[in-house]
Amino acid sequence: MFRFITTRFFQSLLALFVVISATFFMVRFVPGGPFTAEKAVTPEILRNLEAHYGLDKPLWRQYLDYLGSLMRGDLGPSFKYPNRTVNEIIGDKLPVSAELGLLSLGIALVGGITLGTLAAIKRNTWADYLASGFGMIGISVPTFVVGPLFVLAFAIHLGWFNASGWYTSADRVLPALVLGIAYAAPISRLTRGGMLEVLHQDFIRTARAKGASEARVVLRHALRGGLLPVVSYLGPAVAGILTGSFVIETIFQIPGIGREFVTSAFNRDYTLVLGTVILYAVLIMALNLVVDIVQAWLNPKVQLEA
Amino acid sequence: MSNAPSPAALAAVVAEPLEKGTSLWHDAWLRLRKNRLAVFGMWALGIIAVACLLGPFVSPYGYEDQNLDLGAVGPSGKHWLGTDTLGRDLLVRLLYGGRVSIAVGLSATLVALTIGVVYGAVAGFFGGKRDAFMMRTVDIMYSLPFPIFVILLMVFFGRNIILLFVAIGAVEWLTMARIVRSQVMAVKKMEFIEAARSLGFGRRRIIFRHILPNILGPIIVYTTLTIPAVMLLEAFLSFLGLGVQPPMSSWGVLIKDGAEKMEEFWWLLVFPGTIFSLTLFSLNFLGDGLRDALDVRSSKD
Repeated sequence: MFRFITTRFFQSLLALFVVISATFFMVRFVPGGPFTAEKAVTPEILRNLEAHYGLDKPLWRQYLDYLGSLMRGDLGPSFKYPNRTVNEIIGDKLPVSAELGLLSLGIALVGGITLGTLAAIKRNTWADYLASGFGMIGISVPTFVVGPLFVLAFAIHLGWFNASGWYTSADRVLPALVLGIAYAAPISRLTRGGMLEVLHQDFIRTARAKGASEARVVLRHALRGGLLPVVSYLGPAVAGILTGSFVIETIFQIPGIGREFVTSAFNRDYTLVLGTVILYAVLIMALNLVVDIVQAWLNPKVQLEA
Repeated sequence: MSNAPSPAALAAVVAEPLEKGTSLWHDAWLRLRKNRLAVFGMWALGIIAVACLLGPFVSPYGYEDQNLDLGAVGPSGKHWLGTDTLGRDLLVRLLYGGRVSIAVGLSATLVALTIGVVYGAVAGFFGGKRDAFMMRTVDIMYSLPFPIFVILLMVFFGRNIILLFVAIGAVEWLTMARIVRSQVMAVKKMEFIEAARSLGFGRRRIIFRHILPNILGPIIVYTTLTIPAVMLLEAFLSFLGLGVQPPMSSWGVLIKDGAEKMEEFWWLLVFPGTIFSLTLFSLNFLGDGLRDALDVRSSKD
């Protein structure tokens, strides 16, 4: 176990290094720079600006400088927001995305697992068809269709919520619901599949034979194995949810990290782009590691191999 | 003329063994036909594809024909799905957009398919250190935030449609490579491969002529499931304004336009959203149906 974690840690570190380097150089070889959009900057001012941010140094020097400051946990200054560091901007925006993400994750897990379990227990009844239908529709109808439709129905026609914004707690409902449904659908399908496989096994029959109640059979015995497929799906999904969905943040005009990332790419805000990419990569890798460990805990048959 | 069998009866006798010995593909087809949702998916996809291909020729409206006096009106006898704010017929625009969406879906899937199959086959066939290295690379790439890279690519290098294929295809090949690898590893130990080897066939011939045809099932299933994923990614990029650019149109672009104007003109969002969802729905059902029909286990490694 310990060996597994350390190997994976170093592997992730290597991957992270590749990501950082690839992004760093890709950003630099792109046409346009952070100051090209600004109107009529005289050559002297441009030179001063570049000197201020260290952009006049040779590229390899900048690269080493960046890696150096990264070691100290400093993601550098933003090129577009004067006097703000990338750390500050991420510190501002990430909590918004994380709040939206946690709410959606709650909806997705509770809704998805409940529906999937119900569908598996009541296989081939109307409850199963309903839940499976929901799963298929949820997978096939993308958030950028559901989102605007919900806004149209619940905000504009019924007037229950605001169409966009992130001020009151009522503003959280629609975005969290849309994002939650999008992830609840695949979770319900995975749960159903996993539960169906487990419910046929001998140990379930044994539990029933020993007189365990149906609820105990499902909750104590079956779920543990039935949720395995869900757990492996959750790694990448949670990273995506927590860092916010670009689409949801765009539709509902939520000041989260996803929207910031797209804007920063358009602005050629090199350091902010890099900072966001690093944040995503670290989150995904960390969560994948957690998922592997949880999987081994749920199913002793899974061998942790580096 | 006593009891010479009639030609028809003779044909029936000859035909009989043919009916009995059904091939794997015939079996799969019979099973697929019983799956009502998959059949529905096939029909829906066929109708949508034919409509997108032929519809614009039949329609009295061109896809850029504006009618500014008319403006945006709801569905009517003249414009079945209504018009947009420039008075353009929505149905024609939907069919044209469908061509682009489907074309992107198919081409990017082809890119992913080619890379994934070749990569997976090579890794699985050679095994050993080369395999370990190649699959470790795939593992690492799996853990990268790929949608982010696609966004970066599209922002930085102009919104070029060829680049769109390549970028999406380059993202979607990883799973295909894993599936093909595990299948190849299973098949390459079988006796007929041994036989091919002892006949002195080269590696390339063995991989492409002997192994790959035998793992077509999983490849077909996964390809069917990749197409909706690719179309979703294209529409997602177009929705963010990073995909297909005007004057070209795709379902993603139409949905984006519709979402901006839905307060006054609901049909601009509802129809593109419905047709796009219906297509994804059908592809997913067909893919699921094929998986059951060809009896492919979802394998992850």
